[in-house]
Parts: sequence; structure tokens; C-alpha cells
Amino acid sequence: MECYEDDVPHVLAVDDNLVDRKLVERLLKSSSCRVTTAENGMRALEYLGLRDNNQQSGFNGKGSKVNMIITDYCMPGMTGYELLQKIKESSFFKEVPVVIMSSENIPTRINECLEKGAETFMLKPLKLADVKKLRHQLTKCEN
Amino acid sequence: MDVVTQLQRQFVEYTTSLYREGYLDDQFTQLQKLQDDCSPDFVAEVVSLYFEDSEKLLNNLETALRQDIVDYKQVDAHVHQFKGSSSSIGAQRVKNVCVVFRNYCDAQNLEGCMLCLQQAKTEFIVVRNKLEALFNLEQQITQAGGSIPMMA
Repeated sequence: MECYEDDVPHVLAVDDNLVDRKLVERLLKSSSCRVTTAENGMRALEYLGLRDNNQQSGFNGKGSKVNMIITDYCMPGMTGYELLQKIKESSFFKEVPVVIMSSENIPTRINECLEKGAETFMLKPLKLADVKKLRHQLTKCEN
Repeated sequence: MDVVTQLQRQFVEYTTSLYREGYLDDQFTQLQKLQDDCSPDFVAEVVSLYFEDSEKLLNNLETALRQDIVDYKQVDAHVHQFKGSSSSIGAQRVKNVCVVFRNYCDAQNLEGCMLCLQQAKTEFIVVRNKLEALFNLEQQITQAGGSIPMMA
């Protein structure tokens, strides 16, 4: 895994709920992450340059690399699981850790996501301690 | 006792009562922990978003439940959103009504849903009033030159 630009991880946070988006953004920023938010799976894929199965370099206009993706499970149009699938199918992004969040503690759902390659599953509402733990995992940076 | 100390006492008592009476839960404390010099208005901002968003959701619910043929999936989707955001800011009572509301959606029980909608509205208005009163107290303390007490 490459090191971060400016030594700060860049996280893409995906959630259709406005309040949750603001909260996850603040949580990540307070854990020294740079954050880009997306309101649904489609927007997330567009940002990553994966729309229409376009397997291009994946850099957006500013050329910012994404070090982690955190996404809500229940979203209209494309679920977090479906987004996870698309990311894992991408040769460029499949190594990027994907974290799934959900307000519902459903073991089959959790297992399904983990089996698909999700890094971890987090129960909402997110707390500072949860994100700090995540951030700690992200600091394992290999050249 | 000077004005600042009096106000600070009021603030602590009021906050404590909100938790004790179940209007707020620990998640609200989490929000406060995220407020700092870099983000001095975070709590007010996110709560403000919650108020705006909730009003829209409540209106949508009202509309959805007044259709000739109620789409319970749609109603449930709105309640799910409302439950989520209420949970995220620590509005415990509102969240709890949403839990019951979802059960009535699953059962496609219109009467139950209508009842829950009324309860959700009531609880939302109450918590909004309480939070506004809390922010008001904070403002008074700051304006009197004091600092907001840290709640454990």
C-alpha cells in the first residue's frame, strides 16, 4: 500500500443521510484524515473514475488518491454491499480497504460483507473511539 | 454567586435532566467531544442540519401516509432515515418512536403508523425546544464571559 499524500490518509465517505455524512466527516477529520464525501454509490464510483466500468487510472481531476472507503450499507439505488463489489472488481481499487457501516446488527449481512472483502463492519451511530481504532489500522503504511 | 456561575450551574442541571429524562443519550456527548477550536460550532451545525432534515422527513411521512394506497416501503424508508439521524445526534426518544414506527410499517398497520407519526412529531418538537434552550444557555454563558462546563 502506498504512503499518503502529505502524510494524511484520504478517505472517501459514502452515506445518503445528510446528518450521518456530516458526522462521519467530522469524526474522520478529527482523526487527522482528509475527507471527501459522496451521497450515494453512483457518486462514489464517479469520484473514483469507475462509472460505466471505466477502469481508468482512478484519479479524479485533482489526482487525489483514496486510502480508504467507508460506506453506509442501506442506500437507495446501490447498497454499500454493491459498491463494495464494484470496488473489489476494480484492478485499481481492489486493495483499498472498504469499511461498511450500518445501523442494523444483522450477522448474515456482516458476514456477507466481510466475505466480499470488507475490511471491517461498524455499527452506527459512529463514535470517536470507533474511528480512532480505524485510523490506527490505517497508519500501518508500507512502502 | 455571580452571573456566570449561576448560568453554568443552570447549564449543568439542565443538561443532566435531559439525559436523565431520556431526551438525549450518550451519542450527544460524542458530538460534544468532536467540537474543538478547529470546529467550534460543530454541535450547533449538525443539530441544525438534523432539525431541517427532520422537518422534511416528517412532511414526507405525512404525505406518504395520506395516500389512497399507502406505499409502506416508502414510509419505512423515510422512518429509517429519521431513526438514523435521530440516533446519530443522540435524540433518544425520537429514535425510540421510530423503532416502533418501523414495526407498524412492516405490519402495514395504518392506524399504528399514524399514531407513531404524531408521537414522532411531538418528540421531535420537544427535543428541538430543549436543544434550542440549551444552546441559548450556552450563548448566555459565553456572552457573560464564562466558559461552557464540560459534561463527563
